[in-house]
Amino acid sequence: MSRIMVGVMITAVIVAVLPLFLILGSLIVKGASSLSISFFTNTPVPAGEDGGGVRHAIVGTLLIVGMASLVGVPLGIAAGIYTTEFKGSRLATITRFVADVLNGTPSIVVGVFAWTVVVVTQGHFSALAGSAALAVLMLPMVMRTTEELLNLVPITLREAALALGYSRWRTSLTIVLRTALPGIVTGVLLSVARIAGETAPLLFTALGSQFLSYNVDRPMAALPLMVYTYATGPFEEWHRLAWSAALVLIVVVLVLSVIARVVTRQRFGRNV
Amino acid sequence: MSDATVHLRTDQLSAMYGKFSAIKNVTLEFPVNKVHALIGPSGCGKSTFLRTLNRLHEMTPGAWITGTVELDGQDVYAPAVSPIKLRRRVGMVFQKPTPFPTMSIFDNVAAGLRIHRKLPRTELAEIVERSLQRAALWDEVKDRLKTSATALSGGQQQRLCLARTIAPEPEVILLDEPTASLDPQGTQRIEELMHELKTDFTIVIVTHNMQQAARVSDTTSFFYLGDMVEHGPTKAMFTRPKEPQTEAYITGRFG
Repeated sequence: MSRIMVGVMITAVIVAVLPLFLILGSLIVKGASSLSISFFTNTPVPAGEDGGGVRHAIVGTLLIVGMASLVGVPLGIAAGIYTTEFKGSRLATITRFVADVLNGTPSIVVGVFAWTVVVVTQGHFSALAGSAALAVLMLPMVMRTTEELLNLVPITLREAALALGYSRWRTSLTIVLRTALPGIVTGVLLSVARIAGETAPLLFTALGSQFLSYNVDRPMAALPLMVYTYATGPFEEWHRLAWSAALVLIVVVLVLSVIARVVTRQRFGRNV
Repeated sequence: MSDATVHLRTDQLSAMYGKFSAIKNVTLEFPVNKVHALIGPSGCGKSTFLRTLNRLHEMTPGAWITGTVELDGQDVYAPAVSPIKLRRRVGMVFQKPTPFPTMSIFDNVAAGLRIHRKLPRTELAEIVERSLQRAALWDEVKDRLKTSATALSGGQQQRLCLARTIAPEPEVILLDEPTASLDPQGTQRIEELMHELKTDFTIVIVTHNMQQAARVSDTTSFFYLGDMVEHGPTKAMFTRPKEPQTEAYITGRFG
């Protein structure tokens, strides 16, 4: 009986992990061949011609995700501190519930929301609208991670600081938050990785572009958008670029996740 | 109130968590430069009582008190009294060592000093050294003051917490079962320290260990089910307890 169960488990694990390796494998096989220096430094060439790169999309993703993080991370951490500090309050309970609902909201819905609020109001697509959508997606993730990690800090540590004459806010920020910080950084990195790969919320906000642009008030390219456009486009050359862009995207996400793991290990491997 | 040798006193003090009274109408006096032990079985309210003395009790949601706690004749629960300033005068060490894990050994000891006033670096270093010496930890850590406090052993961490507590020069030190998580050697060192520290501080210690109470304290109070059953000089209480409950407890018949 035990043997059968072990067999079932192993099969399940293989089935679960297999897609990841298949995806990585096919990305490397089909995408790596087009990778070159010019792939990273060039912008697209007219359709049908050979060559061209994804510099505009890399810059776009960095800008859009960067701006989203600038809003989503501090707000999320602040909200997480609030819901931990005022655990029993009605507002904290409501906030927690809303965050959970938001966490489960399909990202395209958030995209539609940003479209109504930003794009329609402004009258044009923009990178800012994309960042707004991603920030909304990021906020509940960061908030919930922050909250969970703050709750892991032993209450005795908080009391020790209070007993030493620390005020409540100083205890929260310099002792509790500081102690939980490595874990929170991990959570933030993981949520950055998550939103960096989001396509749906950008479709009708940042829209995408064929040109290198730093103007955040205008449409802008992003890696996932580029993969989407190129993969569904009619040209053979576009398909190759889409594979390579997808490979770059997944490597970026993997690197962020690995950094997150390393940060966590440094924190929890030593003590606790 | 005019009695200068009485430092800390409570009058008809009750401490509640919501509707539950953890301690009821406790009136006690703690003269200066003595060690006072609070003993009693688990759940008798002795820790709660201790936590009312530095107003840590009120940080628990739903917690409140009636009655008064006086430090040098001043009601510490008066509206004008800041609990932050009070806790500077009434320090506390907990059952489990609580070094701040993100701080070095030096920064841990300096933590309480830094928030109260800005000191020149040399003066700060002097106080940190003196505090570590008084906590009998200096020789073990003087070469690694900049390393993390979490690398120390449990006993060392507890002495570090003691150094951190005495660094801002409080008047009263509250010890909540400070040796409960330590091995016999660590326990012995903390007990020895109490004899030395009482020359400078008034010490109130909660302990489960009756031998410890007998060894270190000058006066003892016995708590049972939220009532302060008996209070008096330690020697008298352990040789001739007045109340039958006290006798039953100290002879090990319950608790």
